[in-house]
Amino acid sequence: MILFDKISKAYNGHFALENITLNIEQGEFVSIVGQSGAGKSTLLKLLIAEEKPTSGRIFLDKQDVTALPYAELPFLRRRIGTIFQDFKLLSQKTAYENIAFAMEVVGKSKKEIQEDVPQVLQLVGLEEKAKQFPNQLSGGEQQRVAIARALVHQPDIIIADEPTGNLDPLNTWDVIRLLLKINELGTTILLATHDREIINTLNKRVVSIDKGKVIRDEQNGRYIL
Amino acid sequence: MITAFKRVFLVGFQNFWRNGWLSATTVSVMVLVLSMILGLLMISVLTEAVVQHLENQIDISVYFKPKTAEPDILQVKNNLLAEKEVKSVEYVSEDAALALFKERHKADTIIAQVLEELDANPLEASLNIKAKAPDQFAAIAKFLEKKEYAPLISAVNYYENQETIARLSSVISAIRKTGLFITLALSVISVLVALNTIRIAIYTLKDEVTIMKLVGATNWFIRGPFLVEGVLYGLISATATIIVFYPIMFLLAPYVDNFFPGSDLFLYFQRNFMTLWLILLLCGIVLGVFGSMIAIRKYLKI
Ligand SMILES: Nc1ncnc2c1ncn2[C@@H]1O[C@H](COP(=O)(O)OP(=O)(O)OP(=O)(O)O)[C@@H](O)[C@H]1O
Ligand SMILES: [Mg+2]
Repeated sequence: MILFDKISKAYNGHFALENITLNIEQGEFVSIVGQSGAGKSTLLKLLIAEEKPTSGRIFLDKQDVTALPYAELPFLRRRIGTIFQDFKLLSQKTAYENIAFAMEVVGKSKKEIQEDVPQVLQLVGLEEKAKQFPNQLSGGEQQRVAIARALVHQPDIIIADEPTGNLDPLNTWDVIRLLLKINELGTTILLATHDREIINTLNKRVVSIDKGKVIRDEQNGRYIL
Repeated sequence: MITAFKRVFLVGFQNFWRNGWLSATTVSVMVLVLSMILGLLMISVLTEAVVQHLENQIDISVYFKPKTAEPDILQVKNNLLAEKEVKSVEYVSEDAALALFKERHKADTIIAQVLEELDANPLEASLNIKAKAPDQFAAIAKFLEKKEYAPLISAVNYYENQETIARLSSVISAIRKTGLFITLALSVISVLVALNTIRIAIYTLKDEVTIMKLVGATNWFIRGPFLVEGVLYGLISATATIIVFYPIMFLLAPYVDNFFPGSDLFLYFQRNFMTLWLILLLCGIVLGVFGSMIAIRKYLKI
């Protein structure tokens, strides 16, 4: 479904990713692990075309993402729900409106929005914070809004970049269980993390990246660095 | 479709309200800019009034020999009126000239006495001619030099006044040109100030725009509320400007009228209130909308 084909990305002559080739099938749950600065976020940014690769191509269902014109990118991004490492919540909108925004963008009706958003808020345990703005929420609460926004419009793929970085253990496992459940329903999931415990418990495919290169890629992988 | 429209308006109003300070500063700057534009407009109206007043002061007179028959003079008048340069011709008969002269010097007893002693009217009948533009007097004077008029005419005062007329006419055109130049320059500066303010307002929201794009919004989906905000900027600042101007014009008008009698600035303002408001509205909305659209362009490229 997703193919990274000999992808390299250089920032100011320094390679953040080097010659990455990676094939991900529909419905897979893939964890991407690596030390800080290894290039995990960069890889995920390339998939939603937030960044352009220096060389190589990325295919999503036969469509070359790197060759898409600007006008086509929104339609690509709607198929992917992204939990950004830095949340990227809209500071001018409340928790509710941030989540609703993802549905408005894909053209969902007002009725659907009014039904789904409270449900998702409840799913991440924020039904009481619906009317608060991001700067009135704790780090973990913001992260959970970001999670809710990424999955509310039921995308084909969910990109989760360090989605539990600000959560306590209890919340962390809630989120991981949520991701597993969504995955069971057929959604492809890409999870970037350096949480050893999560990886070792998940028992799913693990891609290890070190200094911009894939050093290990195994099913039922463990966290080894 | 209707939902989308409602959303755009709602979000536009919401953003305007939630970015309270930003909106307030932007609107304030736009009020200043529109005041500048309105002020320039009023000044150019005033300048035009002054210039026209000056132009109206200029005329040349043709004096007719004593005993020229009135129909002959009126014939000349009609011929003059047929010329394209001539704006108006006023006939002053010998008697009228005398009456005018007496009226003007009624305080002066010596002159009154002298006039008493004369048994004939020493003044000549004349035609006072005004041109459509000050530089056309030469052509009119030339017209009067025609042979057929020579037996009737005693003098044309163009030649003595030629220099004054030329100087006045060059002053008038200088006022017009400088006025136009200053107006244009200040307008351009104002517009740049307005555009820059809007640019800064949008700059502070550039992260929001980026996020919206990354979540999958199309350009028009993002632009919509900004368009509404731009219209709001224009609407509010134009209305505020004209409301602020009303009392200012009212208080200022007496002083202006003192300086330039007959300019009736406040009357002009009142009569054209709606038109002026519409002009400001147009300027404000065009600035607000175009400013936003230009400013947002580069942040949409992701
Ligand atoms: N915009 C940028 N300009 C320059 N260098 C960048 C930029 N973005 C990332 N890099 C560099 O690319 C490398 C990989 O960054 P990336 O964010 O992908 O790391 P990461 O694996 O996600 O790390 P972390 O676990 O800390 O999130 C780093 O060395 C970083 O400094
Ligand atoms: Mg990262």
